[in-house]
Amino acid sequence: MRIGRRALLGFYALIVIVPLLVVVGGSVKTTQQLFASPFGLPTHPTLDNYDTVLRQQNLLRVLGNSITVVAVSVPATLILASLTAYAAARLPGWWGHAVFGIFAAGLAVPAQAMMIPQYVQFDRLGLRDSLTGLMLINVVVTLPVAVFILTGFMRTLPRELYEAAELDGAGAWTMFRKVAVPLSYPSLAATSIFLVVMHWNDLLYPLLFIDDPAKRTLPLALLDFQGEYLTDYPLLFTGVVVASVPMVLAYAFLQRHFVAGITAGSIKG
Amino acid sequence: MRFSKSLLLFPVPALALYGTFFVLPAVQGLQYSTTDWDGFSPSFHNVGLDNFREVATADDLFRNALGNNLKFLLAVVIGQTVLALFLAVLLAARSRGSTWLRGLFFLPTILSSVSVAFVWRFVYDPNFGLANRLTGLHESYLGDEKKAIFFVAITQIWFHAGQMMIIYLAGINQIPPELYEAARTDGANRWQQFRHITWPLVAPATTLVVAYTTIQSFKAFDLILGLGGNPPRGALDILSTRIYTTFANNQLGYAAAESVVFMLAIAAVTVAQNRATRLAHR
Repeated sequence: MRIGRRALLGFYALIVIVPLLVVVGGSVKTTQQLFASPFGLPTHPTLDNYDTVLRQQNLLRVLGNSITVVAVSVPATLILASLTAYAAARLPGWWGHAVFGIFAAGLAVPAQAMMIPQYVQFDRLGLRDSLTGLMLINVVVTLPVAVFILTGFMRTLPRELYEAAELDGAGAWTMFRKVAVPLSYPSLAATSIFLVVMHWNDLLYPLLFIDDPAKRTLPLALLDFQGEYLTDYPLLFTGVVVASVPMVLAYAFLQRHFVAGITAGSIKG
Repeated sequence: MRFSKSLLLFPVPALALYGTFFVLPAVQGLQYSTTDWDGFSPSFHNVGLDNFREVATADDLFRNALGNNLKFLLAVVIGQTVLALFLAVLLAARSRGSTWLRGLFFLPTILSSVSVAFVWRFVYDPNFGLANRLTGLHESYLGDEKKAIFFVAITQIWFHAGQMMIIYLAGINQIPPELYEAARTDGANRWQQFRHITWPLVAPATTLVVAYTTIQSFKAFDLILGLGGNPPRGALDILSTRIYTTFANNQLGYAAAESVVFMLAIAAVTVAQNRATRLAHR
C-alpha cells in the first residue's frame, strides 16, 4: 500500500514537472536540439532565443508594462476593497448585508458577459488603448472578489476591539487604520497575492483593449508569438520562461501566502 | 439603530467605480442585445428578440460552441474533482514529502493560461511532441476533430487540479481522527473508511470544487486561444471564444445577445449542479 501510494504520487509529480523542465531546457536549445532530445540536458546551451525575444519582440518593454499595470491596479483594488469590506463588516443589520450583497452579486457575472459594453464605454472615454484603461478595468473586475474575501475576514474580528477603541474616542477612520487594517494583514496579504496573479496573467482585457504593440502586457505579447513563431518551440518556451519567472520566484518564497490567496479567490475561477 | 454615519462613506469610492464600469455595462449589454449594432456605425436598429431567436434556433456555430463547452465542462468537472480528491487523500498525512508535493502540484495554477497552453502545444505536437514520444502512439491530439476538446480538458485539469486539491485537503483535515480509529477498530478497510467517513464528510468541499471548476470551465477562454489560435477552429470553439469571435467580426449586438444566453447557461448549470452534488453525497 505504501509503495503504491508513493508510486502514484511520484508518477503525478513527473507529469507536472517534466513538461515544465522541458520548457525551461528548451529555451536554451535550438529547434534541432529540442526535437532531437527534448528531455536531455542542454549540451550546448545558447542564449540566442532570449536575445531574439527580448530584442526583436521588445519583451523588456512588455515586461515593464505588466509590472506598471500590476503595481497600480493591485494596491488600488486593495484600498478600495478594504474600505468597502470594513463598512460591510461594521455596518449594522441591513446596511452591512446590502453593501456586501451588491458586490457579491458581481461574482456571478462572467467577464465575457460584460466585455462588449465595457469595450464601447472605454472606447468612448478614450481609455481603451491605454495602460490606464487596463489598470481601471482590473480594479473594477476584481473588486467583487476582493470585497468578498476581505469582508469574510473582517467579520471575524471581535467586536470588543472596536468597542475598546471607541471608548478611547476613536472615530470610524481611526479604527479602520489602527484596528481593522493591522489585524487584517494575513487576509490582505493573501488577497494581494491573488490579485497580483490575476492581473499579471489576464489575457482577456489586454486582447480586447490594446491595439498598440508598445502597450501590450505579457500574456498578450505571448499570444502574438504563436502567430509569428508557429512551430519555433524554443522561442515560445523562452517567452513562457520570461513571463513565468517572476511569479515562480515569488511562489518559491511566499508559497503559503500564494496557496492561501488563490484558494480564497477560487470563487472567481 | 446607532452607528457612526461616516461608515457609510467608506464604500462610496468602490461603489462609484463598480456602478459605472460594472453595473452600467451589464445593463447596457441587455440593451445592445436587442439591436443589430455593428459596434462602430452611428446608427442601428432595434430588432427586439430576433437575436435571441437566431441564437436559439438558427445558429450552428453557437450550438457547436455550446456542445463543445458542455463536453469540456463534463470532462473537466469529473476528471478534476476525482484527481483533486485522490491527490488530497494521498497527501493528507503531514510529512516533509507531502508538503513538498503539495507545493509542486499547486505550481501550475500560478502560471498564465497562455504559458500553460504553449507548454501543452509541445506536449501535443503530433510529430515532435512529448505525448507521442512517451506513449509510442501516433495521435494528432488537438488536430483530431472529435477528441480535440477533451485534450484541452486534460490540460485544464493539469492546470488547476492542485488548486482544488488544496480545498479538499482543508476539508479532510477537519475530519476528527477518532472517526478513522473507531472504524479501524471495527475492521473497516481503507475503501470502507473512504466511502463511509471521508466522502460524506468532504461534501462541502466537493460542492465548492464542482462550483469553482464549472466557472473555470466556462472561462477557459485564454487556454483555448493559446492552444487553438485566435479565432479557434470549430472543434475547439467554446461559448466564451464564440462570443469574442462574433464581437471581433463586428456583430456587436448579436454578440451581446450571445453573452446573455451564456450567462443564463452558467446559471442553469450551477443550479443543476447544486442539486446533483447534494444527491451524490446522500
